[in-house]
Amino acid sequence: MNIEKNTEKQRLNFWEKIYLPEIARGLGMTFVEMFKPKVTRQYPEEVWNPTGSYRGRPVLVLEEDGERCVACGLCSRVCPALAIEVAAGETEKTKERYPIKFEINMLRCIYCGFCEEVCPEEAIVMSKDYDLVFEKQEDAILDKDQLLIPMAQLQDRLEFLRQYRR
Amino acid sequence: MEQWLVQSLVLGLKMFLIVNGLLIAAAYLVYFERKISAWIQNRVGPNRVGPLGLFQSFADVFKLYLKEDIIPTLANKGFHAIAPVISIGIAIAVYAVIPFGEYFYLGGEKVYLSIAPHINVGLLFILGMSSVGVYGLTLAGWSSNNKYSLLGGLRSSAQMISYELSMGLSLIGVLMISGSLDLMQIVQAQNGGHWNIFFQPLGFIIFLVSAFAETNRTPFDLPEAEPELVGGYHTEYSGMKFGLFFLAEYVNMVTACAMMVLLFFGGWDVPFLYEMLGLEEGSVLRALVQFSVVVGKMIPFLFLFIQTRWSLPRFRYDQLMSLGWKVMLPLALANIAITGTIMMIFN
Ligand code: SF4
Ligand code: SF4
Repeated sequence: MNIEKNTEKQRLNFWEKIYLPEIARGLGMTFVEMFKPKVTRQYPEEVWNPTGSYRGRPVLVLEEDGERCVACGLCSRVCPALAIEVAAGETEKTKERYPIKFEINMLRCIYCGFCEEVCPEEAIVMSKDYDLVFEKQEDAILDKDQLLIPMAQLQDRLEFLRQYRR
Repeated sequence: MEQWLVQSLVLGLKMFLIVNGLLIAAAYLVYFERKISAWIQNRVGPNRVGPLGLFQSFADVFKLYLKEDIIPTLANKGFHAIAPVISIGIAIAVYAVIPFGEYFYLGGEKVYLSIAPHINVGLLFILGMSSVGVYGLTLAGWSSNNKYSLLGGLRSSAQMISYELSMGLSLIGVLMISGSLDLMQIVQAQNGGHWNIFFQPLGFIIFLVSAFAETNRTPFDLPEAEPELVGGYHTEYSGMKFGLFFLAEYVNMVTACAMMVLLFFGGWDVPFLYEMLGLEEGSVLRALVQFSVVVGKMIPFLFLFIQTRWSLPRFRYDQLMSLGWKVMLPLALANIAITGTIMMIFN
């Protein structure tokens, strides 16, 4: 390839070199664009409902007889942002262990979904909840009450995990 | 009442109206800039504050007022504070000589639609003032004690000096035709559809391009090129000091458009309009119509300024300089020569 041939002088013809017609063409393009339909979603009024594949706030699955979590601490171990804190306790039930304390600091969480991936019980899953607002830093640390979500509400995600998780 | 009292009252009122009108116009230009950019990008734009988002700009200004004013520790505090004032002050001072119409009689008093009518160096005053405007940007860049600011300030001074030359020269053709530096007379020389754009198309294009460079608008917004210089000369400014630079940019834009209308598009002249409406000279209504005509003619140019910003990429710095010195300047000189020759032949 002869690079010397490919200079600006040789590539552009006279009208392109004086810019103005090309600028007019560009302006015409943006002008037409102005009248095309808009794509903006007016958020607070038009709420977006994500599909099961969406990774929102991580939550704990709540079954009829209590939480699924066995407080193994794997999620806390794997969390790259060190957002999870678990403390284990024992019960008389067949499932012997349960978390006395389970906290996720939402200011640290990066929504990577590792906790969900590593959990042996499918006890922590990513929800569709993306509308997170906190007025104080302390409010951003969610405790067990705020994390436990009835299983029925998480069907989409559980379905998704069943299909695509290896 | 005494003559001088009436006159100074009228003068004060005119200044009040023009300064406030300008600032409000600048605020709404920001609004329309955001709206038009949104439309070009298939978005909706600001629509939350007030109906159609019309009060967005005021919310922005209010926000800027409430913001913390940060001055870098090693900045030169005096210059740092005065730079935005120079910028906006110069930008507004230009309006002393810009006429928005002829005159009307108010109780026997002749009131011109310009703060200082019939200044015989009007055009020179505008050009001179816009060159002083560069002090604002350069001082801002220098006093911030930040390398990016300094580079932005230097760029703006180099750019403005280069383009001022072709801007001034592009106007000489207009001056040769009208034979006056007084903006009112330049407009009157274009009466009846003899607009300068028909005689000076090249001059107009050079002026237009230089105006883009002088107002630091894209594609010539190198002094504040975000990808290279963070924010350019206003990197270290916050709160309303930054707001003043912002407003000055828009006021300069309005000035450029007003000059294009007055110098090339006949100002308030629309052939046969005033005869058709039957407005006699000196009536208030005629002055109002003239004012609306000037503003109406400015709107397409303002739109062009805004649309260009959202259509064209930024020039490289060497391209900017070679365009200014190797293309614009020779063209402007050629324009003078051609105009002179043609005038010699036809007179
Ligand atoms: S999603 Fe990632 S960051 Fe958030 S809690 Fe789970 S593992 Fe930690
Ligand atoms: S959520 Fe899962 S991984 Fe985390 S402690 Fe409970 S059982 Fe273990």
